[in-house]
Amino acid sequence: MRGLVRRPLIFFILSLFLLFPSFFLYAQEDNQPCYGDAIIVGSIGEPITLVPILAADSASQDIVGLVFNGLLKYDKDINLVGDLAEDWEVSEDGLVITFYLRKGVKWQDGVPFTAEDVLFTYKKLVDPHTKTPYSGDFERIKKFEVIDDYTIKITYKQPFSPALASWTMPIMPSHLLKNEEDFKHFARHPVGTGPYRFIKWETGSKIVLEAYDEYFQGRPYIDRYIYYIIPDQSTLFLELKNRNLDYISLTPLQYQRQTNTEFFKKNFRKYRYLSFGYTYIGWNLNNPKFKDKRVRQAINYAIDKEEIIKGVLLGLGRVCTGPFVPNSWAYNPAVKPAEYNPEKARQLLALAGWKKKDKEGILLKGNERFEFTLLTNQGNVSRRKCAEIIQQKLREIGIKMHIKIVEWGCLLDLIERREFEAVLLGWGLSRDPDCYDIFHSSKTGPREFNFVSYKNKEVDRLLEEGRRVFSQSKRKEIYQKVHKLIYEDQPYTFLYVPDALPIIDARFRGIEPTINGIGYNFIKWWVPKDKQRFKR
Amino acid sequence: MLSYFLKRLFSLVPLLLGITFISFLIIHLAPGKPSYLKEMNPRISAEAQERLIRLYQLDKPILVQYIHWLKRVIKLDFGNSFADGRKVIVRIRERLPITLLINALSLFFILLFAFPVGIISSLKPNGVFDKCTTLFVFIGFSLPSFYLALLLMLLFGIKLGCLPISGIVSFNHSQLSSGERILDIAKHLILPVSVATFGGLAGFSRYVRANMIEVLKQDYIRTAYAQGIGRGRIVCKFALKNALLPLITILGLSVPGLLGGSVILESVFAIPGMGRLLYEATLSRDYPLIMGGVVIGAVLTLLGNLIADLCYAWADPRIRYQ
Repeated sequence: MRGLVRRPLIFFILSLFLLFPSFFLYAQEDNQPCYGDAIIVGSIGEPITLVPILAADSASQDIVGLVFNGLLKYDKDINLVGDLAEDWEVSEDGLVITFYLRKGVKWQDGVPFTAEDVLFTYKKLVDPHTKTPYSGDFERIKKFEVIDDYTIKITYKQPFSPALASWTMPIMPSHLLKNEEDFKHFARHPVGTGPYRFIKWETGSKIVLEAYDEYFQGRPYIDRYIYYIIPDQSTLFLELKNRNLDYISLTPLQYQRQTNTEFFKKNFRKYRYLSFGYTYIGWNLNNPKFKDKRVRQAINYAIDKEEIIKGVLLGLGRVCTGPFVPNSWAYNPAVKPAEYNPEKARQLLALAGWKKKDKEGILLKGNERFEFTLLTNQGNVSRRKCAEIIQQKLREIGIKMHIKIVEWGCLLDLIERREFEAVLLGWGLSRDPDCYDIFHSSKTGPREFNFVSYKNKEVDRLLEEGRRVFSQSKRKEIYQKVHKLIYEDQPYTFLYVPDALPIIDARFRGIEPTINGIGYNFIKWWVPKDKQRFKR
Repeated sequence: MLSYFLKRLFSLVPLLLGITFISFLIIHLAPGKPSYLKEMNPRISAEAQERLIRLYQLDKPILVQYIHWLKRVIKLDFGNSFADGRKVIVRIRERLPITLLINALSLFFILLFAFPVGIISSLKPNGVFDKCTTLFVFIGFSLPSFYLALLLMLLFGIKLGCLPISGIVSFNHSQLSSGERILDIAKHLILPVSVATFGGLAGFSRYVRANMIEVLKQDYIRTAYAQGIGRGRIVCKFALKNALLPLITILGLSVPGLLGGSVILESVFAIPGMGRLLYEATLSRDYPLIMGGVVIGAVLTLLGNLIADLCYAWADPRIRYQ
């Protein structure tokens, strides 16, 4: 009796097990991942090329990410961890990065992966005849040494901490591409080291991948990955409803209003997490109206971001407070979004000289009316709606804003020529917080990305330092300062960070949303045997 | 006749040159840049962008670029697509069959329905049948095709579950027998072809109707009636033959339409056809691919016109070309 009292928990479990043996057996089976089935992913876009160093669009990157590996990757907490590299070292002065590659990794055609492949990929990236958009980060390399088959030493011209992130670049097989001039064949028949092998691509309709049995991190559970290209959002949704698709991204409207039925609750799981990107208004700071910080701050007070999130995203997003999103380690939680306060906005405008109003109620400074045009791109409904809400809010404080919607290519042309007053755009962010190219004063030239011409010496200094320092805790301090300074300066009016809204068939298990989304552990997703839909 | 034909054929050459030159100019002068350069991605450095511009030879004067292009096209080489580096011809060829199939089928059905509708309406203009069919074909003409497509998808694909929603083949297509494959494709084509047919019915049926009404007013028809010839014979033999003549021109003009797909229908039904290809090419400023489409369109339009003219001469004894 004493014994039983001393171990009540064991006794309890034991008795449960005796009473309900089937429950435990079932539970165990249900938690044991098993192989098989296929996942059918629906996408609006079609990949352009499957050559990793050429792939610039997100559809291409979706497929490339499953077929190839980089030296490093981001884990569920957005930390860099080894992928094809087992380990790496950064020298004291930050100039030399040494990668120790994983041994025993095989390309999907059976040939071993070695340092030769990394060297080849690097050479192609910096080859002036390669049509790659990604040469920038790799041009900073002074010397690339292959020490032995599994060790690489890379010397940089200057310390460059985003270099580590740049080595998430997928590595290509040297033995297959050495003699291929322009990747023409490879672009549609890629061979990588990744969890899935490329099987076929039917142009305009689908791409089929199959699990690679000898994947070095273990074979993925799901046998096949099928990527359907359906260029229309409504059709995509109808196909999902017909259960012909397992995985699509929902629009806010579909998430909030069209997927709450019994049918969807039974057959699908919806996920919601903050995306890595934000929507903003960029002000042309060379324009005398927007040169004055107080004017930009006034506009920030005058725009009700909560209302925009409610109206445009149906509540599925969060107010953006700067160049970093809440899921990034560089995000500064101390920066609070300015409240909606039209009165304060009016005061700030008055301080900046916009005091009088004309007959129409538009603010005047001398003879100049406060009137400008906001540009945004065609085909993006949320941006259009967003612009309309802002137009009305600004009118309330006496600013007349016109909206001009232009085709994407034309919009970029106008931005490149700096022929704009304000643009409504979004940035999709990489996991590394380095935003030198967007906010450093040296990056205001044509074809460069500080197109608002933002200049702040302190921000410049911090951005430079952020690139020199490797320690994440030190970089965190630096970027949190950057965050605060940029929000104070308001070169952009930061609007919102939208939620990512994937929906996935309920038979898939092992999906664990983290701050890095859901895709990071895709090879661990699985379907219980009795629920599998596609047998081989 | 032959010399006339040859003369016309040769006169097409400068015309074609003119068309390509003006198109080339317009496409290159339009704002925007090709493929990668349209990505707004801070990882794409300014140097890399300039390198791409050099590699695509976009830094050369437009006239030089045009001459380069022309030199290749004379050898029937349309160059490589900017987007993925594959040959323009290959990219067009893989899209062509499905577009051709859908357009040919819908043209067939349009003619199949438009003729009876047009003829019967013309017998009693503004009669009950005429009014009903007019209403029907104009509904088809004015209803946005994407909306109709979505409604039909909802009805047949989801509510009734008897037709596939999108694409041209089923998921398990490769495992089917050849008979089943044809049936599979046919099932996928029902909705897009119906929508295209419904939308195109108005044009042809109204042409047939108008021509028939015109012809039925002619003196020789009255003469035929006076001679006591049966109505059926008058309509089908005397009137219809003459009413068909203007339609030759219209058919000739729809030749290029056979190869151009509808962007909207192809997007909604997820059909990998020409419309989507060229639309995407335009948005990404894929100049060689756009020009490939322009040349094909121009050649077909010119040839369609020529053939229509020749057919006209052959069918109508009143017309003779010198």
